[in-house]
Amino acid sequence: MEREKILSVRDLSVAFGKRSIIHGLSFDLYAGDDLAVLGPNGSGKTVLLKALLGLVPFEGEILWALNIRLGYVPQTVAADRQMPLNIHDLLVAKANFLKLPASDVAAVIQTAGLNADLLSSSIGVISGGQFQKALIAFALLGNPSVLLFDEPTASLDELAEEHVYELVAQLREKGLTVILVSHDISLVHRSASQVLCLSKDHSCMGPPQEVLTSKMLEQLYGAEPKYYLHRHDHGIVQPSSSSGAK
Amino acid sequence: MSGSPEIYSLLLALLFAVAAGLVGSFTLMKRMLLAGDVISHIALPGLALAFLFHFNPLLGGGATLLLGTVLIWQLQRKTGFETETIIGVVFATSVAVGAVLTPKEDLVEAFFGKFQDLTLLAFIAGTACVLAIIAFVFLFKDRLILSLFSPELASATGVKIDRLNLYFLLAFSMTVLVGLRFLGGLLVGSLIILPATTGRRLGNNISQFLLFSSAASVAAVGAGFVIGKYIFHVSMSGPVIVITSAVIFALSLLMPRR
Repeated sequence: MEREKILSVRDLSVAFGKRSIIHGLSFDLYAGDDLAVLGPNGSGKTVLLKALLGLVPFEGEILWALNIRLGYVPQTVAADRQMPLNIHDLLVAKANFLKLPASDVAAVIQTAGLNADLLSSSIGVISGGQFQKALIAFALLGNPSVLLFDEPTASLDELAEEHVYELVAQLREKGLTVILVSHDISLVHRSASQVLCLSKDHSCMGPPQEVLTSKMLEQLYGAEPKYYLHRHDHGIVQPSSSSGAK
Repeated sequence: MSGSPEIYSLLLALLFAVAAGLVGSFTLMKRMLLAGDVISHIALPGLALAFLFHFNPLLGGGATLLLGTVLIWQLQRKTGFETETIIGVVFATSVAVGAVLTPKEDLVEAFFGKFQDLTLLAFIAGTACVLAIIAFVFLFKDRLILSLFSPELASATGVKIDRLNLYFLLAFSMTVLVGLRFLGGLLVGSLIILPATTGRRLGNNISQFLLFSSAASVAAVGAGFVIGKYIFHVSMSGPVIVITSAVIFALSLLMPRR
């Protein structure tokens, strides 16, 4: 059965002034795909997400299927932490703006695992992991069908990172399509069904087993990165270079 | 009805105080208190022209305020200038032009305001403006909160940030315009700054912040009116209100931080 195309990107180019960030990128995304966007710093991963959300001007074509609702979890939010704003107020503000019932707020609070103490806490006093959970809850309000994650664990410790990825996995199981920007090749290997590689003069897309080859990673990063690949068939974790990835 | 014009004036001043507290709270959170103060000074050249050519000062102040608001909005949008840059250019120029053009006998009133008797028509027009400002704050409160937290996330949620910023600047300018007669072009921005600072000190969430800011603003105008009129017997209202507002802020410092 042919899968439904939910996103078509054709000849996408984004430039800030004379500086070209993305040039002539084309790819498609189908229902059920979990896309990981990989690439070195400055390759345009975050800019791509912003273009997909319509937050930056671009040339080319970005076509989302009808009835697709987008949720966005940014890498950071430079909010004024002195602002007298708590997480609950923030969620209610979005729900009010989108004219959503109060039950939707309660539902995302439960999904993201936000407790009462955290909800009444000012954004200035919560930890990075809690803040990230709050951002995920914020993104989930409005019942998105596609969630765009921009390096959601970039500034978190390992435990908080694990919690966030557990949450992402649960959301995938619930049928949400996830587009994830990540530096973590091991994570991309085990969680994504499609990988989009971005670099200044090269882009590629395909399943991780095909794309994350030694040659491709070397082209992408300029040197072959080492990473750990969890082999489920042996139940062990072993160090590997990309040449060992299958 | 004897005494009504004075009551109109006091009622409008108190209503203005509510609007100033609400708008000031968001101005503080947007970190544009000083930029906002600059907007209020843009009224000075308009006031000066009105005194010079004998037409309604609010028309003159309103015209230059509107012009200045659109100018600042465009400058921020198109050049990405730092707020300080705009402050540096607009503040000094407006005060200087206002001071040079305003006839000497009207200078104090233009700069520091006056409790004047109001006609019913002026009261109705002023009240309509204040109610429009209050309605804007409550109708756009959620959008303002989202844009304060993250303009990018607000935009991704569907908030039109540019338009919201323009509406907010217009609401700010309208607040300034209504307050001009009571506080003058030089001090009107102070009633947007001081009560909001008090509200921020006392409130620990948005609703409390808005409530305390408005209450501090109303208290400053009410007490300022009584003190100015019955204790110091002065018609120049602005300095008394601003000093009262500063005293309320100082008193808030004595209270434990919430």
